[in-house]
Amino acid sequence: MGLELYLDMLSQPCRAVYIFAKKNRIPFELRPVDLLKGQHLSDAFAQVNPLKKVPALKDGDFTLAESVAILLYLTRKYKVPDHWYPQDVQARALVDEYLAWQHTTLRRSCLRALWHKVMFPVFLGEPVSPEMLAATLAELDVTVQLLEDKFLQNKAFLIGPHISLADLVAITELMHPVGAGCQVFEGRPKLAAWRQRVEAAVGEDLFQEAHEVIMKAKESPPADPTVKQKLMPAVLAMIG
Amino acid sequence: MGLELYLDLLSQPCRAVYIFAKKNGIPFKLCTTEVFKGQLQSKEFFQINMLRKIPVLKDGDFILTESSAILIYLSSKYQTADHWYPADLQARARVHEYLGWHADCIRGTFGVPLWTQVIAPLTGAHVPEEKVERNKTAMDRALQQLEDKFLGDQAFLTGQQMSLADLMAFEELMQPVAVGYDLFEGRPKLAAWRERVEAFLGSDLFQETHGPILNILEQAVNKKFPKPSPEVYPYILLRISRIP
Repeated sequence: MGLELYLDMLSQPCRAVYIFAKKNRIPFELRPVDLLKGQHLSDAFAQVNPLKKVPALKDGDFTLAESVAILLYLTRKYKVPDHWYPQDVQARALVDEYLAWQHTTLRRSCLRALWHKVMFPVFLGEPVSPEMLAATLAELDVTVQLLEDKFLQNKAFLIGPHISLADLVAITELMHPVGAGCQVFEGRPKLAAWRQRVEAAVGEDLFQEAHEVIMKAKESPPADPTVKQKLMPAVLAMIG
Repeated sequence: MGLELYLDLLSQPCRAVYIFAKKNGIPFKLCTTEVFKGQLQSKEFFQINMLRKIPVLKDGDFILTESSAILIYLSSKYQTADHWYPADLQARARVHEYLGWHADCIRGTFGVPLWTQVIAPLTGAHVPEEKVERNKTAMDRALQQLEDKFLGDQAFLTGQQMSLADLMAFEELMQPVAVGYDLFEGRPKLAAWRERVEAFLGSDLFQETHGPILNILEQAVNKKFPKPSPEVYPYILLRISRIP
């Protein structure tokens, strides 16, 4: 059994892993895990990832959780082009810096934007107060601005002239609020131009394919009551 | 100008960086940057890091933030012993797997007791009891996962040898311990891990690094911990309001 990737394209880090593997022609078996059906909470999936989250990787007997760990494992094992995770110690450190920063900042605010704006009301049938939504969108605004001011600045890509793992992780995060209908690129020409460059570097077809699910998030059918009950604790834990 | 590290030893990730540099004999200039004296809010520090956070590394013109990035950079540049950040594909993946989970489940969670038990009272900020309880539950859950998923039957979190993962985890867990929470009670496996980490670091380095944080509770109790400077109040109140 070769490499298996357990993914749900609804999840931002899953999209980053999918795009990375496809772009670099890394052969893998896609093992879909339907988050909205609670499949990540099953005992079977816990054998792959006891943390009950996607993405997860299985390579022979070796299982691995956490998207950054998975991306770096694939980078090293399949010897992808240098620009993704440069050998140069300082360039690499800047990728590490971005990947560390984004965890509790952009990742968190993009996730909350999707769930507060769309998934709670549409999928879970749970209203979100205007104050809560406003606070979430304000936080998103601040983190997107930091992305531009601290990381992108006047460069073509987040760490320099070439696309890296940092850009891939950032763009897949930002597509979460985009899928929710937030205009994150409006009034941000620098960031919008960066987005075009990233999509072009990834390849438009692959980018569209990876984002089909998130772009339909607003059309999610309501969860049935048993599924909702199963999912609620995990959702609340996830969005903090 | 050699390596400079901007650190406050009251901060968990700063301690991880400090210990790593010291343990590996990496020469650096310690630029102490005290959070509660408002030094993160200064114009000078903004030039170093516009995010107004520590730790920060400055190596000539190269500036780097984020403790895990700093640790990895130091391990590469100074070619530290393999066990810290193993070259082996799977072993290194385990370190990154831990660091990913740590960012979500450990960081942010284990720092809370210092804020609720020491800093909030000093500034007169009120923290609802339910937040304190929720944090205890979150710490319990995280400790269980730390033990079950990461430590298991290994000596250290990602294998049989100490790595960056253990350093990051250990410093976060020291924070509530310093304010009197006995996280290791009823958790013999974790307690044994803690002892292994402390033994590896050595008592001199341990004392030196943990002096400020271990003194903080005593100082607070004896009303000897200085009131935070006014410029840092907005940051303190924001941090406290962010406690889930």
